[in-house]
Amino acid sequence: MTLLGEPLGFEFFRQGLIASGLTGALCGMLGVYIVLRRMSYIGHGLSHSVFGGAVVGYVLALNFYVAAGLWGFLSALAINATARRRRIGADAAIGIVTTASFAIGVALISKTRSFTRNFEAALFGNILGVTTLDLIVVGVVTFGVAAFIVLFYKRLLFMTFDPEVAPIYGVNVGAVDTLFALAMAATIVASINVVGVTLIAATLVIPSTSARLLTDSFGRMIGISTAIGALSGIVGMYVSYWLDVSSGATIVLLEAAVFVGCVLVTSVRRRRPAWVVQPIPALAGERPADDFE
Amino acid sequence: MAAVTATAVASPGVGPAGDALVRFERVSCGYDGPPVLRDVDLAIRRGAFIGIVGPSGAGKTTLLRAIVGVVPRVEGRITIDGRTVGRGPTAGVGWVPQLETVDWNFPATVREVVLMGRWAEHPWRAWATADDRRRVDGLLERLGIGGLAARHIRELSGGQQQRVFLARALIADPALLLLDEPTSGVDLKTRDDILHLLADLNGDGITIVLTTHELNTVAAHLPWVVCVNGGIVAEGDPDEIFTSAILGRTYGADLRVVRQDGLVLVADAAPHRLRDALRHRHGDLEHTHHEHAAHDHASDPHDPIAAPDHEHLP
Repeated sequence: MTLLGEPLGFEFFRQGLIASGLTGALCGMLGVYIVLRRMSYIGHGLSHSVFGGAVVGYVLALNFYVAAGLWGFLSALAINATARRRRIGADAAIGIVTTASFAIGVALISKTRSFTRNFEAALFGNILGVTTLDLIVVGVVTFGVAAFIVLFYKRLLFMTFDPEVAPIYGVNVGAVDTLFALAMAATIVASINVVGVTLIAATLVIPSTSARLLTDSFGRMIGISTAIGALSGIVGMYVSYWLDVSSGATIVLLEAAVFVGCVLVTSVRRRRPAWVVQPIPALAGERPADDFE
Repeated sequence: MAAVTATAVASPGVGPAGDALVRFERVSCGYDGPPVLRDVDLAIRRGAFIGIVGPSGAGKTTLLRAIVGVVPRVEGRITIDGRTVGRGPTAGVGWVPQLETVDWNFPATVREVVLMGRWAEHPWRAWATADDRRRVDGLLERLGIGGLAARHIRELSGGQQQRVFLARALIADPALLLLDEPTSGVDLKTRDDILHLLADLNGDGITIVLTTHELNTVAAHLPWVVCVNGGIVAEGDPDEIFTSAILGRTYGADLRVVRQDGLVLVADAAPHRLRDALRHRHGDLEHTHHEHAAHDHASDPHDPIAAPDHEHLP
């Protein structure tokens, strides 16, 4: 108990623990959609883009969250708009928009030479420096994104599974996409202080990919991914404290270990599909689907 | 043009009469670039069962998509039940996509997929209600795949997968069912089952429009067909309009139509010409002919064609 209780005596740890747990859950939850929509690269790119916005905000003496959040949201919209052009793929669109944003940040730093300390914190996370304001922001964003996912669950599921058909059934794909871009930008901005620009993509992708290995149900995948993210955040904070290692890196390494565990478990079990245990009789005279693919 | 239209033939499905469920009036539509379909005038009567045929890129799917208002550029007027179709959702229409476009690795159970078709019933509620579950179970039972609600979609056979997407389209009780190549990629028996199932649904009063590449399937099963190639080439009873001339205009290919014992069979003539040309080039046309003529299958016990188990040969 001392091992668990001792660090809780420090305020920075308590705040860091709450922030990392919430951030882990938040990224795990939203990451399901990012992975299934094959947008894994977008998390990586957007975090770099947000960095550019943070530096611009610093230079213009704007609030970090306002500047970085707005910049991230506009970047996400720009990526969506560019990706819709048929001649440019989404990956190229992300590459163009986000690296340009990141370059703006680096150029401004080299010009002003006054952001170097914050620069490191933004890149690698600074869980020890989580303030009450940071905690409130993480809490509000987590609650907001969770509400978005619950309220738009059916629309998000439909357009993630079948983006061509969802509009035919009345899903306003454009509006939901815009809200999703906002949720993504908010998630990345809120997570920067915990895991840093360089590691955010991992917290978005790894828990959801691990969850995918464990279930074939969309609803369960969201639950499992959120749990993996939250637990990795909390346990990662303790491990980081005990081993005196960077908290962001510890959380990501823990998530990676969970992923390896999931791969091993599913490989050993060969993850036999349910029909092997209880075969599904094909319709009379019919071949299995795989035969004609 | 000798197109047989609804005005010329008594139609069970299409016609300009007052009971048109879907109506195209001088419609040209498409995406970026030139229109995919030009000057389309078409009336689909309530309760019709129609096949749309034409070559790849002819505008078959675009015609269906125009009905549900998701084609970005539309000139002219499309109405469903008298209401003009805009660029938005169209109520009362079920859509079954091509199975080839489905991501079979997506984590979704049969129940989750079917319930997508009912999302607008309780749009803000994430979970399925008891009524939702009852409706899904009842519909799956009716479509012959009861008990599979908790299974992952990849685990099903081709016919079962097709029925899952049919269930998604039917769960909101549509008056019009649109199917994009529902018989593509399935074997003959499954294709036959699907078409009979659709005929049953049509018997319940649902108007059905499907696209297909399979002319012989259309000729054998459907009462009305629309030939499309950048516009409407012809429409009518396949017995009437499946002629070499009309199919030639539709496909830009030499197609032969054979009528025998009430059956209409469409065959591609080009391969025969190609085969004959190749034989001629290799100078063995006569030789092959005589060899076949001299060969008596029935008298040769080693001849696989005469062997009793020849139907098992590949």
